[in-house]
Amino acid sequence: MISVAQGSDQPIIVWDWIGRNLGNILDRTIEHLVLTAIAIVVGTLLSVILTLLALRWRRSYGPITWVTGLLYTIPSLALFTFLVPITGLSVLTAEIGLVSYTLLILVRNMVTGIDEVPQEVVDAAKGMGYTRRGRFWKIEVPLALPVIINGIRLATVTVIGLVTVTSLIGLGGLGFFILRGLQTFSSPIGTTQIFVGTALSIALAVTADLSLVALEKVATPWRPRGTP
Amino acid sequence: MSATPMIQLKSVQKRYPGADADAVAHLDLTIDEGEIVVLVGPSGCGKTTTLRMINRLAEPTSGSIVVAGRAIDSMPPHELRRTIGYVIQQIGLFPHRSIAQNIATVPALLGWDKHRTDARVIELADLVDIDRSMLARYPSELSGGQRQRVGVARALAADPPVLLMDEPFGAVDPIVRERLQRELLSLQQRLQKTIVLVTHDIDEAILVGDRVAILNTGGILEQYATPAEILTSPANSFVAGFLGSDRGIKRLSLLTIETHMIEDGPVVFHDTPTSEASDVMDRHALDWAIVVAEGRIEGSVSKSGLNGDTIAQSRMEVLDSVIERSATLKDALDVIISTNGRCAAVTEGGRYVGVITTAGISQRISQ
Repeated sequence: MISVAQGSDQPIIVWDWIGRNLGNILDRTIEHLVLTAIAIVVGTLLSVILTLLALRWRRSYGPITWVTGLLYTIPSLALFTFLVPITGLSVLTAEIGLVSYTLLILVRNMVTGIDEVPQEVVDAAKGMGYTRRGRFWKIEVPLALPVIINGIRLATVTVIGLVTVTSLIGLGGLGFFILRGLQTFSSPIGTTQIFVGTALSIALAVTADLSLVALEKVATPWRPRGTP
Repeated sequence: MSATPMIQLKSVQKRYPGADADAVAHLDLTIDEGEIVVLVGPSGCGKTTTLRMINRLAEPTSGSIVVAGRAIDSMPPHELRRTIGYVIQQIGLFPHRSIAQNIATVPALLGWDKHRTDARVIELADLVDIDRSMLARYPSELSGGQRQRVGVARALAADPPVLLMDEPFGAVDPIVRERLQRELLSLQQRLQKTIVLVTHDIDEAILVGDRVAILNTGGILEQYATPAEILTSPANSFVAGFLGSDRGIKRLSLLTIETHMIEDGPVVFHDTPTSEASDVMDRHALDWAIVVAEGRIEGSVSKSGLNGDTIAQSRMEVLDSVIERSATLKDALDVIISTNGRCAAVTEGGRYVGVITTAGISQRISQ
């Protein structure tokens, strides 16, 4: 077999291979999306609970940031290696890792979003006779939505990139192609697989990001347009 | 005005945790039904704290407050607040809600049905002069003055007997502020609410207050009286200092033009012969006269502009020194000084009724 480095007459991308593997590519793309979606949904739910804790007992915010920050700094490879003996080569292992990386971003944006609700708006809401709970859900949360959705955007893009790493434990969606491509890097099929995995992963991240921007626009029609 | 107390502060004291002095020191204050009471004083005088204790946004350290016959701590704070209108300087409209939804805030909290709420929103929009087409918009699309009006409409939505206003006109420019102040007064003539208004602006206090409470640092009440009483006899040197050296002029803003102050002016008509017009000017020791046609002011002629046989042939100029009958003496004096320095023509409903002179005004002040 002639490697890319040696022969320039060999195509870098074998389009035939893509055509023959369309079914597999679609399956892996869906797997990628599902792994991402689970991580974001579970991460958001956990973050809501942590945020409520942090807002209710302000002193817990420091420790919460510290722990989620620590999780964020653990190299993903090391985390999976550490988890496999405990939870096996399972979706659970993948999700524990993926969810861990969303928490810092999500909690920080949720707390900041609530904190940044203008003081005079909170004061007016109190003065109008809102209960504490009514004020939180009807005034503060809707006004924090832009910042919260920003956090979800960031977390989603991060997770879409990270899912490729879970290919090491036999999952990984599009990461599967990247890993296989690396193993056969010297062949045109290998570079094709790396290309497909990488390009689709980037495309997913961009699409998800733009969808969330659109969601934010729909969810906050009151924001003056033209401001970021 | 009835003298039924609506709000009573009894020896109310507030000390913030960790502070070594009172923000408000044992304050006694009774506010009657239907009056506007202005709390005024330098920063740190506890005026805002006092206001916020009335709707329990601040809790007194000691003492008691009664609103409409009920101790305010006899019900949960959120229920109390739904019965008290609240307007703040930064307005605090809810940016994510339309103008209509903002106005309907308290009705929604009280569980009014849609029909009643919608009708009330429209009624209030008309009351505060917000165009109905604005109701579907968001606060970010409104000007400062419009937002302030919406803030007032929101506070009035559930028709509360009491309105608390914390520097309500502090964030708008002076021209809009003056208009909003006058709007508040005309609103109050129709609504007869009990209003407590906080300001640091003594002119605003004098203009809008039925009674003014002047507070000193640490929440000490220095004087509580009508604006006229405060201006004519300040209780002490602090009050006199706070009123400023121009308190005689300030008094003028409390006085309006009275019938006996209106004098005959230098009036000429289209068919007045120029020689006679000259005599009219001389008699009033002026070198100009007011041209009146069919009861209305057409303009003025100056002595040098006289021409031909009658006024009709003479050169007409615009008359700047005109004031409405309902104006205050301060406004009248302002017009006179900034125009000819002698007198201003007075109109009532567009019709010329006479002139007011500086001599007439100064006579009134010295009374």
